[in-house]
This record gives sequence, structure tokens and C-alpha cells, in this order.
Amino acid sequence: MVFLLTIIRVALKALNLNKMRTILTMLGIIIGVGAVIAMVSIGQGAQATIAQQIASAGSNMLYVTAGSFNRGGVRSGAGTSSSLTVEDYQAIARECSAVRLASPLVRASAPVVFGNQNWFTSIQGVNVDFLDIRLWEIQSGSFFTQQDVASAQRVCILGKTVADNLFPGLDPVGQEIRIRNEPFRVIGILKSKGQSGMGQDQDDTIVAPYTTVQKKLLGITYINAIMVSAVSQSATSTAEDQINSLMMQRHHIAALDDADFQVRNLSDIADLANNSNQVMTLLLASIAFVSLIVGGIGVMNIMLVSVTERTREIGIRMAVGATGGDIQFQFLTEAVVLSILGGVAGVVCGTAASRLISNSLGWPTLVSSAAIGMAFTFAGAIGIAAGWYPALKASRLDPIDALRYE
Amino acid sequence: MNRAHVPEQDDWKALGGNNGGPLIKVSDLHKYYEMGDTRVHALRGVSLEIRRAEFVAIMGASGSGKSTFMNMLGCLDKPSAGTYLLEGTDVANLSRIELAHIRNERVGFVFQGFNLLSRTNALENVELPLIYARMRAKERRRLAQDALVKVGLGDRTHHIPSQLSGGQQQRVAIARSLVNRPSILLADEPTGNLDSRTSVEIMQVLQELNGRDGLTVILVTHEPDIADYSKRVITFRDGQIIRDQPVLRRRVASEIIASLPPSED
Repeated sequence: MVFLLTIIRVALKALNLNKMRTILTMLGIIIGVGAVIAMVSIGQGAQATIAQQIASAGSNMLYVTAGSFNRGGVRSGAGTSSSLTVEDYQAIARECSAVRLASPLVRASAPVVFGNQNWFTSIQGVNVDFLDIRLWEIQSGSFFTQQDVASAQRVCILGKTVADNLFPGLDPVGQEIRIRNEPFRVIGILKSKGQSGMGQDQDDTIVAPYTTVQKKLLGITYINAIMVSAVSQSATSTAEDQINSLMMQRHHIAALDDADFQVRNLSDIADLANNSNQVMTLLLASIAFVSLIVGGIGVMNIMLVSVTERTREIGIRMAVGATGGDIQFQFLTEAVVLSILGGVAGVVCGTAASRLISNSLGWPTLVSSAAIGMAFTFAGAIGIAAGWYPALKASRLDPIDALRYE
Repeated sequence: MNRAHVPEQDDWKALGGNNGGPLIKVSDLHKYYEMGDTRVHALRGVSLEIRRAEFVAIMGASGSGKSTFMNMLGCLDKPSAGTYLLEGTDVANLSRIELAHIRNERVGFVFQGFNLLSRTNALENVELPLIYARMRAKERRRLAQDALVKVGLGDRTHHIPSQLSGGQQQRVAIARSLVNRPSILLADEPTGNLDSRTSVEIMQVLQELNGRDGLTVILVTHEPDIADYSKRVITFRDGQIIRDQPVLRRRVASEIIASLPPSED
């Protein structure tokens, strides 16, 4: 321990004697570590944003969609068949224990008109649990009631984008708009939710009772999908299983492959998005890591020069009793101290760089302690790897030759 | 100039181990180097004994094998054949690590070119052997300070070599060689780079260490006047000892200094 402290002091002194060289060598490590930190922080920032966006889609959400429409062997896309019914939704809400809430979803797309303004948007017909399932809130006005659903009232709630486009500078609550020439009363505005994980503007929508959309807009009795919220994150797969078996029973289906419906778990989508982001982060980090290795080569180069330059010093140290191991330890310590100091400066620079990136480019960044720890560990490891050979070379010098070296 | 400090007690006479026998016993020592196909003999069967508290000068022309012999005695090099007993320990068969420990604990070196670490102050230079003895910083500092006082440089501890004269640098080197309380002090042409007055001063330090403290000093030189400060002169030629005799009219450095005109600095 005493020896270690002494050797660290010797190393610091040696590095201090050649300030310019030390700084230039360190620069390689600083850039390497800084790049790793900055790149990983960009990747992790993007990951955190996506995770947040997916969470904002709804709490522990599952989608039950109708399967493909099959007529005479010609299959249309998913959701085209009319096999899902209001009874299916009611059964899921009633019988699946892992399901907290469920809402039917009836979709329509239509031009919406107010005065001389018009806007083409999508209309979602849902029930009163919609806000709770999607973790959405009302900004002004109110949501529709069970009563409104039961009597298929022509009431609607506008998304922020629709409200801004149809009512520039006006309060839409209480106004009447026309959807496919049907008059609807605006009773509330949704809070802005921004883009979805897939880049869609979630605020470009109108929400209305599903009964109203079915009867007044589309003239259908089936529903397009069922939105389900599981009781917890971990219960989503249980809920998926329960819904599958319930629906197979209800639709008299023997094997899941033949099902006329599909249960999609949003956490699967989240996993997918996360995976692709992790690949991206890894890619960025490995590019940055290359520069860390180049920095390490710089350290090795300088240590080799240093060993040659200080041959006489090595000879003196050996003459007064330093073993080869002592000499090796000294040069190794020097390389590690150099790299660790570079690592510290690199962490500072990398953090500053990621701040700069998020401020100037508006990219979200996240400097995690794991990334700092990792960059630090790698800096130390590269110090050892880069210092090993020069230190070994120093330790194998013959004391007599070393003392005579000019 | 500073007078060498005279210690109150003799440090080296008290050291135990192999008290009766010779400090150094070398028998039929050979050293040869393979240079391609030819074998160069540096030492061809050297045998001698050196007792504790001797002051030996080794003389000879360059290429006579005296430096090679010195390296053997200092455990910097291993003989090709023969035995070397240092305080009863057979050094010839030790590993590199064990040789380093012997150098650290039992041998002090003084070189012609001083061989101090540049840009490192006198105190830290003297501390160097103690670092490898794994001694604590405080203890190191104290012993190094004592050693510098002993060679008359108690007030120059924080000067770096380039701020010191040649004689002062050699004193620092002597202090470094003493600091571990070695069994032998090996001085390889210690006055080779110094003017005559400073040379005498260095010889005075060595004579004091030998006479008052009982330190065994082995000196390599090619200057007969320097050899005359020792008690016994061994002459090498072609890798063999050709003469080994006591100094009959020994020079005493302190008397010579007194007779010299006062120094300018």
C-alpha cells in the first residue's frame, strides 16, 4: 500500500514533467471516452423518449383486432372483417380477471366542418373508460357520460390539433360541428399528447361515443377493435391468454392459427422499438469505442518512447534494488494513471458534449452512470493493455546496459 | 565548504551475520560473453577475500576486467563460473529478483557519472533505495535526511542535481548508497568526473565512512593517487589479478585538504 502510493506519486511526477506530451496523449483517451459517453447518451436519450411515448399510448395496453376478411380465399388485411361485436367487448370486460378496463373502438375517417373551416380527421368511437385506458386527460369541458353512450348522443371531444384547425382563436366547447353532415356538439378538448412512438400525431382525432359512431356515422353494428387495459404491466400476457381463450370459445375456434381475431400486446411493440434502439446505441458506442482504442494505441506509443528515454533512470532504480516487477509496476501505473485522468476529463467532455447536442440540436440525451462507469472501466483497462508491453520491456532491461545507456 | 558529519556510533561494525568469516569470498570467478562465434573472456579465474571494514582499490587498464568484477561484486551481473559468497550467501546462483533484493539491502553504489535522477531533489534521490525496501514515507525522509547530513549536505536536501556542483552531486550519490546501511559500498571511478580538490573531498568522505563507521569500501579507479587513499590495492590485467598488496604510505584526505589553498566557493 505504501509502495503503491509512492509509485502513484512517482507516476504523477513523471507525467507532470512532460506536460505537453501528457496532455496530447491524454487527448486520445479524452476524445475516446467523451465520444463513448456522448454517443451512448444520445442512444439512451432516444430510448427513454420512445419508452415514454409508448407508456403514453396507454397503461398496460392490449388491442384486440378483428382478423382478416376472407371471401372465397381472397383475404383482406387485418381488421377488415366484421367479426368483433359489442358482446365480445362486454364478455372480455366481464370475464377476464386480468383485464382492468375495456372499451370498444369504432373507427371512421371523415371531413369535419365548422363554419367556413374544414378538416379531415379520424373519429374514434369509444366508451367512457377511454381516458383511463389511454391515460389521457381532458383539457377543458368534459367527457361524455354513460348516458350519452346509451342514447347515442351526438357529442364529441376534440383532439388538440383538430381544435386548433377548426377553431383558430375560438373556444370550441359548446359549439356545433358537422361530421359527414351530422351535427355534433363539442363538449370537451383533450390535452395534447404529441406524437406516438410511431410518429403519428395523436392529437389529430375526434372522440365520440361508439354507439353514435356506429349508428349515426357508419351504420354498422360490429366494432373494429377492443382496447384493453390489464391490471398491471406483468399481467399483460395473462390478459392476452385469457382474451385468446375466451374469444376462441366465443367464436368457436379450435386453433389459434385459425382465429378471426388478433390480440396485440403493446409491450411487444415497446420491446421491438427498444431493441432497434439498443442496436443503434450499440452501433454508435462501438464507433466511439474505436476512437478509444486509437487513444490506447497513443498511450502505448508514448509509453514505449518513455521507456527508451528513461533507460538510464530504470538502470539507476534497478541498481538501488528495484526488481523487474517494481519497474513494470511503475510504468504500468503511469499508463493507467494517464488513462484514468484522461477518462475523468473524457467523462466531463462527453457530458458537456451531450448537453450541447441536446441544447443545439434538440435531441434528447441521457448521461447514465452506467455509461460513465463503463467508459471509465474501459479507460482503465486500455491503460493496462497499452502499458503492459512497454512496462514489460522496461522490466526486462539489463541493469548494467541500462546504466550505461546514453 | 561543508565538513562531513561524524556519527556518534559506528553503524556498520555492529551489523551481525558471519562475523568471523570474510565479508566477500570469491573463488575462481569467470565471466565470458558470447559474441557471435567467439567467446570473450572478461574474467579468467579471480579469487580473493575481502574482510569487513576494508578499504580496497581495484586498479587496472580499461578492458582489464575490473568493471566486470565490480558488477559481479555489486550483484548487477552473474558470473559464468565460480562462486561468490557475500556474507556467507552464495550470490552466483540467485534469481534476478533475489539479486535485486541483495543490491537493495547489502550493496551501495557510487558511479563515475553520479547517476542521480534529474529533476528530483537530493532528498528524494537518497530515498530511492528505501522505496524499494517498502519503507514508509516518514521513515524514508528521516533516514535520507540523516544520510545527507552524514555527507555534509544537510542544507541542500531540496536542491535538484542541476543546482548542485559535481562534488555535491557525488555526495548525494554517496548518501544514497549509505541510506540502506549496506554491507559494502562499491564506488566505480567516483572521482573520474571531478577536479582534484573535489576528488580529495570525496575521498575524505569515503575515508571517514570507512574509518569511523567501519563501512567496507571497494573503489575502482585507474588513478594511482586515488588508489593511495585506500588500504589495499588489487590490480587487474586481462581478467586476472596480477597484484594484491597493502598500501604502505596511505594518503589521508583530511590532511591533504588542510594543505590545499582554500576553495573558491
